[in-house]
Amino acid sequence: MDLTINGRRTTIQSDPERPLLWVLRNELDLTGAKYGCGEGQCGACTVLVDGVAVRSCITPLYTVAGREISTIEGLADGERLHPLQQAFLDCDAMQCGYCTCGMIMSAVALLRKSPAPSETEIKQNLDGNICRCGTYNRIVEAVHKAAGVMKVSAKETQHA
Amino acid sequence: MLKLTRRSFLESLGGGLLVLFTSSKEAAGQESGTHRRSHEDLPPEVSAWLHIALDNRITAFTGKVEVGQNIRTSLTQAVADELRCSPAVVTLVMGDTDLVPWDMGTFGSRSTPTMAPVMRKMAATAREALLSQASLEWNVEREHLRMEGAFVLNGAANHRASYGELAAKIDWVKVVGNADVVTAPIHWQVAGTDLPKINAREMVTGKHRFVSDHKLPGMLYGRVLRAPSFRAKLVSVDTRAASKMPGLTVVHEGDFVGVAATDERLAEKALASLEAKWEESQPKSSDSAQGLVFGNSNDDTIVKSAYQVAYIAHVPLEPRAAVAQWNGGKLTVFAGTQVPFGVRSELAGAFGLAESDVRVLMPDTGSGYGGKHSGECAIEAARLAKVAGKPVKLIWTREEEFTWAYFRPAGRIYVTSGTGANGKINSWNFVNWSSGPAGIKTPYEVDETRRAEQFLEGDSPLRVGSYRGLASTANHFARESHIDEIAAKIGVDPLTFRLNNLKNDRLRAVLEAAANRFQWAKQTPTANRGFGLACGFDKGGHIACCVEVSLGPSRQLKVERVVAAWDCGAIVNPNHLRNQVEGALVMGLGGALFEEIEHANGRISNPRLSQYRVPRFSDIPKIDVILIDRRDVPSAGAGETPIVAIAPAIANAIFSATKLRLYSMPLLPALAKA
Repeated sequence: MDLTINGRRTTIQSDPERPLLWVLRNELDLTGAKYGCGEGQCGACTVLVDGVAVRSCITPLYTVAGREISTIEGLADGERLHPLQQAFLDCDAMQCGYCTCGMIMSAVALLRKSPAPSETEIKQNLDGNICRCGTYNRIVEAVHKAAGVMKVSAKETQHA
Repeated sequence: MLKLTRRSFLESLGGGLLVLFTSSKEAAGQESGTHRRSHEDLPPEVSAWLHIALDNRITAFTGKVEVGQNIRTSLTQAVADELRCSPAVVTLVMGDTDLVPWDMGTFGSRSTPTMAPVMRKMAATAREALLSQASLEWNVEREHLRMEGAFVLNGAANHRASYGELAAKIDWVKVVGNADVVTAPIHWQVAGTDLPKINAREMVTGKHRFVSDHKLPGMLYGRVLRAPSFRAKLVSVDTRAASKMPGLTVVHEGDFVGVAATDERLAEKALASLEAKWEESQPKSSDSAQGLVFGNSNDDTIVKSAYQVAYIAHVPLEPRAAVAQWNGGKLTVFAGTQVPFGVRSELAGAFGLAESDVRVLMPDTGSGYGGKHSGECAIEAARLAKVAGKPVKLIWTREEEFTWAYFRPAGRIYVTSGTGANGKINSWNFVNWSSGPAGIKTPYEVDETRRAEQFLEGDSPLRVGSYRGLASTANHFARESHIDEIAAKIGVDPLTFRLNNLKNDRLRAVLEAAANRFQWAKQTPTANRGFGLACGFDKGGHIACCVEVSLGPSRQLKVERVVAAWDCGAIVNPNHLRNQVEGALVMGLGGALFEEIEHANGRISNPRLSQYRVPRFSDIPKIDVILIDRRDVPSAGAGETPIVAIAPAIANAIFSATKLRLYSMPLLPALAKA
């Protein structure tokens, strides 16, 4: 089966029903997506498929063949972090860090469809992601902050 | 006697004199499980805790582990502080039983009050040794020397030597930690500041390897057959179908049946193919408190109430996980645990090994909250790996984590109080049945002869264990609800009533700080808006919470706003402390409002995240945390006690709006029934 992950094409021999999460983690060693519940309830396994956040633990492999899969490992531009990654650092928006990758990927999808989300919009869109350590308010702050940074850099790009 | 892994690790750090474990007790082989170790057994030599390499890299060793509480960062601050250097040159090795001194475990809010002083003592002693060496070498008085950028300098004579150069000339074996040279909190330079989380960049890039992310060459994926209910005995199991699957190992030893396969999909299929017969037995049910001392009547205003709390689960987002590998008779296990040395003992016991033949490594893991003290998953992975002859990774499913770990105990609490016409509590009788004694002592002033607190052990149908704050949450829920009941009955404002009965200055200070910020005096409850407060202290931490709730037309409850004030002595890292308090409040909110393990006939009925509700974004109030920095008081831990006051504050807020007194946690089901 042909997969495109972080812009790179890979061929995988695997059961087409197998959840994407385990292919990423066990076959491709992309362990940023985490197992948390196996039923799409916690968001720790979130990756993007064609720019949309999906729960990879309940996404069968065959449904993503030929589509664009993005994981946390492909988010930074070399050493330069994505604004959301940087904002999570700046806001100290984590404790154990286990939910962080899924949280960031969900936020990437949100900012893609809504570049300047309200607090309510952020909370609604990320409600499927659990941070058991309880850093929710910091995460909201980080998403706001990243949205601001991305807006400025988008403007700069326009003017350039 | 010296651990080879530690020797080779120290060699890999390079340079300097290589100093190995030299603890006399360690060397005397007192490693059997029968020897009950304590703090006094910790090696006194600096070299067991600290290594300074020729290139100036400083490595510190501790058995404490990082589960999100940011102890890696705060202990690094302690070491850097004492060595007068940048935290960037300090690396902590944590929770690797071959490399670090023995440690009891990471629990009880003990790391900051007990481990930080040890690290400080060792680093401060090393600092003094470096200065003495320089003084000797250059023949100058100590007071002319200064330390800068991991160098010792003698400005007058233009002498300059790196820590590494000096360290290499010191006979560290003879250098023993001296607590007298530790820096007082008022002189802290690195501690007391917002050092960012040390490996946060690895977290946001997905590079950090949690336990469940580890992969070894040739590794198999394990699954374990679970009983249908607690206490069930395996009668028989048919493994024939599984045994025919290529790439699969089936292990059947007594009641343990597990599989290890080349991929997780095959392991799952093999598990499903097992046909097992179980003999189930009904759990003993003794869910009642017989023979309680309950009664304390006198002429005062008597209030008599009974409260209860439910079983709840920790739900660490990373379930228990382990990667086990055998090498000859030696066993190495990466395990998600708060107690690596305890898990090492469990593994040694399970396989009849010397503890020195078992190595447990604990990479920073996906949280614990008191839920990862035991080593079942590590033992299971090791069993599978032993038979398979290959490394095995076992990650408990969420359902297994919910079912086969342990729970915060449920319990009932009976309180009778008598309050005089002057608004002083004159008698206090408090009995906790089954949930635990933590935080049971009332901070309110009551004559010793008219006050009793008692914990009666219950017989729990479910496996119970530690949980963030232990029973302090239950006891504070009962006590602080009860205090509000008294205040309401005698018609005194809840804040005033508390202050009238409290002498503890630090507790009064947090209560007043929270109430002022919240503008308690200006809040007037209505039928759909309530205000409540609560306070308490435990394990050296003092917390007060003020809460505002709103109620919809069908009593839909929302916690709108929380103001909390917290004092745990000298603050090591203000931002991380604030984060920790916020997190405890959020976790406390879950237990307060809706978290509850449901069970019947030895089965958990809600062992999934779709069935067991935990706090999510939509549940989170505005949270304002006030930190009180007491540089004159040693730092206490902060991982637990900030959780204890939010539940009673919410219950009291609900009462202020509805006049409904709720006696059981979680509150939402109680509110629906009220």
